[in-house]
Amino acid sequence: MTLLSLPCDSVARAVGAEEVAVALITKSWDHNFALELQRTSSRGLYWLEPLLEADTPAGRIGFGPMTAADVPSVLDALLKDPSAHPLALGLVEELPYLKTQQRLLFARAGITRPLSLYDYHAHGGFEGLKRSIALGGEQTATVVFDSGLRGRGGAAFPAGIKWRTVRETQATRKYIVCNADEGDSGTFADRMLMEGDPFLLIEGMAIAGLCVGASYGYIYVRSEYPDAVATLRQALNMARAAGYLGFDVCGTGQSFDLEVRVGAGAYICGEETALLDSLEGKRGIVRAKPPIPAIQGLFGQPTLVHNVLTLASVPLILDKGAQYYRDYGMGRSLGTMPFQLAGNVHRGGLVERAFGLTLRELVEGYGGGTASGRPLKAAQVGGPLGAWVPPSQFDTPLDYEAFAAIGAMLGHGGVVVADDTLDMARMARFAMQFCAEESCGKCTPCRIGSTRGVEVIDHLLAAPDQSARDQQVIILKDLCDTLQYGSLCALGGMTSYPVASALKHFPADFGLQAPEAEQ
Amino acid sequence: MPDEMLHLFNTLLERHKGTPGALLPILHDIQERLGYVPDAAVPEIAHALNLSLAEVRGVISFYHDFRTAPPARHILRLCRAESCKSRGAEQLAAQLRERLQLDDHGSSADGNISLRPVYCLGACACSPALELDGRVHARLSAERLDALLDACQRDAP
Repeated sequence: MTLLSLPCDSVARAVGAEEVAVALITKSWDHNFALELQRTSSRGLYWLEPLLEADTPAGRIGFGPMTAADVPSVLDALLKDPSAHPLALGLVEELPYLKTQQRLLFARAGITRPLSLYDYHAHGGFEGLKRSIALGGEQTATVVFDSGLRGRGGAAFPAGIKWRTVRETQATRKYIVCNADEGDSGTFADRMLMEGDPFLLIEGMAIAGLCVGASYGYIYVRSEYPDAVATLRQALNMARAAGYLGFDVCGTGQSFDLEVRVGAGAYICGEETALLDSLEGKRGIVRAKPPIPAIQGLFGQPTLVHNVLTLASVPLILDKGAQYYRDYGMGRSLGTMPFQLAGNVHRGGLVERAFGLTLRELVEGYGGGTASGRPLKAAQVGGPLGAWVPPSQFDTPLDYEAFAAIGAMLGHGGVVVADDTLDMARMARFAMQFCAEESCGKCTPCRIGSTRGVEVIDHLLAAPDQSARDQQVIILKDLCDTLQYGSLCALGGMTSYPVASALKHFPADFGLQAPEAEQ
Repeated sequence: MPDEMLHLFNTLLERHKGTPGALLPILHDIQERLGYVPDAAVPEIAHALNLSLAEVRGVISFYHDFRTAPPARHILRLCRAESCKSRGAEQLAAQLRERLQLDDHGSSADGNISLRPVYCLGACACSPALELDGRVHARLSAERLDALLDACQRDAP
């Protein structure tokens, strides 16, 4: 009997994993090949998906990217000489792309079955919760503070400060809210984690709940991730049945339970206060701060809001200790970050590394340059509100402060690569148009500025002569300033990033000569 | 309003009674059963949640996902975000417009297919991507898009 593993990840299925699974069953009958097929999470080596792995005494060997048509020859090869097959990859964990990563958060990716509590336990699951219960709430908050963990969403606010604030605020009811609606294009780490390792998120939220004294939590998932919703709902039932959630969490006498709520296609609900309004059953309108959610959040109660990756980092920090986590990273960016390589890149996938590797190592080293083979033009780092970074700045280390220093941001760790065919003026226009479509309408710079932004870019591109162009550039830069400094939240505030960076680094796409744009 | 519809609303509203912030879950449930949120549901929801009609309509219109009319047989959502754009999503959008003679938000007159843009399906490492009737297809090419459309048109009403 040979044990085969194939991801059940939604994107592996979007590129044919189901067809491969069906072919494996039927062809194994033809070949008299005794196999057991288990569906695991994805390794995140997406250019190799569907990636089929077979257990051997030396470890798991891989074949990919598979199609259903490759199945008979792969089964043949497994019976004779696996390394002879053209799709053979050898030992998967020895692939340089994976071997050089520092997988803390995604340690189980591609190895375990997402909905197996047995697998989760066997790979260190619930050790963090156990340790946190032994330490008690005060000590747990201290460990999180000492680890240097910062919010993985974009603002990079120190998590420990939030935990202490919620813990110390007196209230009859407190909440934990997981923001799983940060649907930044170019990012997929949240999706992978929720589909692939749901118990890790649940464990992180349970630790947070017990620590700050919250009795209820919500996971607000974007509707574009239906598989993540289904997996999380099943995982919650299993965790509840096993005693990790409910009236008496692991015998502590404390009550904590969780519920999945589904968004409805509003990008703005990835902003924490708009998300809280949406959870309350309202339009997702951004709230003015203060009061901060940690003091007055969901239903007016103290609420700890974190994104998926922040909460999922907590079990490991509790299990291994603050110092272990601090040993990764640089400066004030500690720990690891799952970077997500996407767009026009040869080897797209998830790269979890300590902060501090350079963008060039990521895009050229791991990514192997553009998929089209054409010259690299730019990479947008940090989602749709991130700056377009030209190759001349690719030696910048991936660190919150280093990116802020070049007028960019790390955000959620998504990196979208573009070749020389992508027109940056069109992308700048798209950023404004997207903001106009998704603005909640509460503040004027975002509501009106984004629509004016689309018009100004149209005027600029249609301008008949240099002086008309110059005039529009002045207006556009002014508008970017207004958006950046006058908006209530990051949607308006950061829409200026992709626009201003495109204008600064790629003036030719706007019909400008370089010096005009540099002013 | 047909009795079955009223019965459905009552069942769903009863199920969410006491749920804090129940409006979105209720709307999702109705849309899941009927394919859209009929106008007849609005007063029932408003009454059950002690909201005004305007508040309920305001929420329905705020969120892109909620439909107020029955959907087409097939819903095709092509991702138009940055990663997919960098791999040719705009050419695929043009191909869709051309072949179906519809705009980006269009629905065919025979009720067979509706087009919607979507901004990220989380398949960015395998761009370009689309979702057809709830299923994601990635690493699209012009040929694969044509094949998917052929399949949709084969079972046109």
